[in-house]
Amino acid sequence: MIGDWLDIGPVSQISPGNARTLPVQGGEEIAVFHTLDNQFYALVNKCPHRAGPLSQGIVHGSVVTCPLHNWNISLKTGEAQGDDKGCVPTIPLKVDAGRIYLLREAVLGKKAA
Amino acid sequence: MNAPVQFQPSDTRTGVAERLVVIGNGMAGCRAVEEILARDPGRFAITIFGAEPRVNYNRIMLSPVLAGEKTFDDIVINTADWYAENEIALVSGDPVTVIDRQTQTVVTRSGRIEPYDRLLIATGSDPFIIPVPGHELAGVVTFRDLDDVDKMLAAADKGGNAVVIGGGLLGLEAAHGLSLRGMNVTVVHLMPTLMERQLDEAAGYLLKAALERRGQTIVTGGDTAEIQGKDDHVTGVRLKDGQEFAADIVVMAVGIRPATGLAKAAGLDVERGIIVDDHMVTSDPAIMAVGECVQHRGTCYGLVAPLWDMCRALADHATGSPSGYEGSVTSTKLKVSGIDLFSAGDFSGADGAEDIVMRDASRGVYKRVIVKDDRLVGAVLYGDTADGSWYFDLLKKGEDISGIREALIFGQAFAAGGALADPNAAVAALSDDAEICGCNGVSKGKVVETIHAGACSLDAVRSQCKASASCGSCTGLVESLLKLTLGDEVAAGPKTMCKCTTFTHSDVRRLIVEKDLKLIPQVMQELNWATPDGCASCRPALNYYLLCAWPGAYIDDQQSRFVNERLHANIQKDGTYSVVPRMWGGLTNPKELRAIADVVEKFNAPMVKVTGGQRLDIFGIKKEDLPAVWADLNAAGMVSGHAYGKSLRTVKTCVGSEWCRFGTQDSTGLGVKLERMTWGSWMPHKFKIAVSGCPRNCAEATIKDFGVVCVDSGYELHVGGNGGIKVRATDLLCKVETEVEAMDICAAFIQLYREQAWYLERTAPWIERVGLAHVQAALFDDPDAVARLAARFRHSQQFMQDDPWAKRVAGDEAELHQHLAEVRPLNLEMAQ
Repeated sequence: MIGDWLDIGPVSQISPGNARTLPVQGGEEIAVFHTLDNQFYALVNKCPHRAGPLSQGIVHGSVVTCPLHNWNISLKTGEAQGDDKGCVPTIPLKVDAGRIYLLREAVLGKKAA
Repeated sequence: MNAPVQFQPSDTRTGVAERLVVIGNGMAGCRAVEEILARDPGRFAITIFGAEPRVNYNRIMLSPVLAGEKTFDDIVINTADWYAENEIALVSGDPVTVIDRQTQTVVTRSGRIEPYDRLLIATGSDPFIIPVPGHELAGVVTFRDLDDVDKMLAAADKGGNAVVIGGGLLGLEAAHGLSLRGMNVTVVHLMPTLMERQLDEAAGYLLKAALERRGQTIVTGGDTAEIQGKDDHVTGVRLKDGQEFAADIVVMAVGIRPATGLAKAAGLDVERGIIVDDHMVTSDPAIMAVGECVQHRGTCYGLVAPLWDMCRALADHATGSPSGYEGSVTSTKLKVSGIDLFSAGDFSGADGAEDIVMRDASRGVYKRVIVKDDRLVGAVLYGDTADGSWYFDLLKKGEDISGIREALIFGQAFAAGGALADPNAAVAALSDDAEICGCNGVSKGKVVETIHAGACSLDAVRSQCKASASCGSCTGLVESLLKLTLGDEVAAGPKTMCKCTTFTHSDVRRLIVEKDLKLIPQVMQELNWATPDGCASCRPALNYYLLCAWPGAYIDDQQSRFVNERLHANIQKDGTYSVVPRMWGGLTNPKELRAIADVVEKFNAPMVKVTGGQRLDIFGIKKEDLPAVWADLNAAGMVSGHAYGKSLRTVKTCVGSEWCRFGTQDSTGLGVKLERMTWGSWMPHKFKIAVSGCPRNCAEATIKDFGVVCVDSGYELHVGGNGGIKVRATDLLCKVETEVEAMDICAAFIQLYREQAWYLERTAPWIERVGLAHVQAALFDDPDAVARLAARFRHSQQFMQDDPWAKRVAGDEAELHQHLAEVRPLNLEMAQ
């Protein structure tokens, strides 16, 4: 239904291998990722380790490496990879007709994803 | 076959049959009718309305028609006889314009009214036209039906230039057809990877290279600004970056959208497509829909295979034995002769999905399968698609593949044979003259002989008989032979670059030059990378190695840069950045200091600190403010200090003979000259220089990567110092008499380090690894070596000494600094 999903603009705004940020007033900033194999993901922009901005990390496969201490975070699950333990909330995302949509209640932090 | 066709069946139908009206004489509509007829031939009196003035043909075969491999008659599915034999009324060339659900009738353009008991909408999809200026010019065509093909063929007869906008499946097939018809073809694709919905970066790279070898010009990342014309006919295409391409015909193949206009006007539920349930019934129980115009469980399909499944479910329902459609897994094959490409399923995978990658550079093969929970969920194949249908079958059936997992990537023959259950056993069974390394022609016997002769590590085998020393695809075989021959006595080789490759840093550096590798995806393909696009450790390394190997030609890959080098500032623990402008040799002046003070106040920087490298560090700047900060600093004449880079950092100086009573030479002046020569150069790791004016060494030159200590008789040049975790004093490299010699040797030493060290290896561990004697020999054994190395350094510097801050101030890479948008929940709530 219209209203459940927040349209955050065309896919072309984020080039492959990059991420961009979406500040949420009164909530957590969100990082939206475009991987090199053309998938899109959204996470809270905060590494579970020391809150590093994940949007600024290097993206490889479906993993981002946090720029502060090189934790590898899965873009699909938000979970730290390897021996590191921790998880960052993911925001349900869909791409439709070339536009990116985020689940509204997850963006607003009303529902833990 | 282009004349309008009309059939009226002889009036033998009984009055009791339900009236089924089909809107759409395409593949979906006709297939649905065929399926219904196969189940219950007498059930419906059928009328089909078609917009095109011809019988039903196989739309996906238009590409071979364009390419001249087939004719229209070859691709007709249902001839006029079929309609007659099945007593179907075909109304072609007179499209339905209105559906009246109240009276259960449809009305055509000519005013014909047809009542229905059941209605089937199969309107398919419309090509998407980008509304750029000039899109309505004559000569701009889409690639959807036979009329489009006729227009393209007419243009091709005259020869000349064609531009295809869109590098997806359809666009590339159009480009291929026009190219075979003798036109000069340019493909303009918005995304960086061709067919990005079906292919990953690696396969996209191989496809692009193959099409370019066939003479097509492929422009990726090309955003069309305008279609140019003269006298209402197209003449060319201009991109937003200013590139222009002449065109006698422009084919727009950027995508399709479901044709939902009729359904929407009739008040049916429509989102992207017409919403249908599992029986292909719309929100009106009397109306069904099928094909590319529908949206089923949230998905719209643009391929032919799902259509067959949909039509079966539809016919089951319509004839009273409902079965249900559950969605389709789709696969794609490119219909361009000579290029083998296959993609299926989901290659993003889902949680816990794992990639298995195999590359065979010598055959130009790339294979990637994605496995999740012991099931195959996706596959991308390039160069060898023989196993495509096998993978697709595994994928659709969701079979447990845990038993054949090890051999899965090698294809059906291997997996079925079970030969790889124990890879060592398979290698042991090979005959002595079996070829192990195709690149260097090394047999199994030769490898075993080399191992017996004392090569007890992979590296030793590679250097002594060259097996697996080129593309590395036979590394596994060589490792098996080592294990078979030596048992547990195999020596561990030097560390590989990262888990993505079996090669060491030195191997990769050597092979980039030997094999003339110019791009990151190309290195990964040719050297058999085990991951599709590397990792956070190899991407920056490869980017540096390519930058160093091909100065001026290689385009820096921002996605392979650590954040500091991508944003040209130092990230801090709170996610803000610190900014360090360059102060040449540690010198500054009132104008610079005022500009820094102003920036600190204007942007509320919470801290300014004097660094160990004799400059000022401004803390707490947000990424979106960086360009404005740089603009202010640039205005005062300051440039990036590269305090964030694997690059020349600072040149620390003391005041030297100009002021100091002990100074022997102009250390400040030499420091400034050295910094002017070396700033902006990318290196394996950070690089610090210092110049002290006398042996008291106030600039601490003997813990720098390159240190100069001035003495009365000239300059002592020191290298390999480090003040970090493990303090290392420099080694004395040599002593020279003049500033010019000191500068030449500095340039030569840096270039040697740039060309030979491993990525993230400072000069201290590098010199410990290779030995000072090696460095001295490389610089001084050949009297021309210093000049040659220094010349290479200066050549590469001419492409590097371009202030990165100024480029960002001018708007370069603006999206790296800006937020996508901002969400303000309160306003949003009120707006809705």
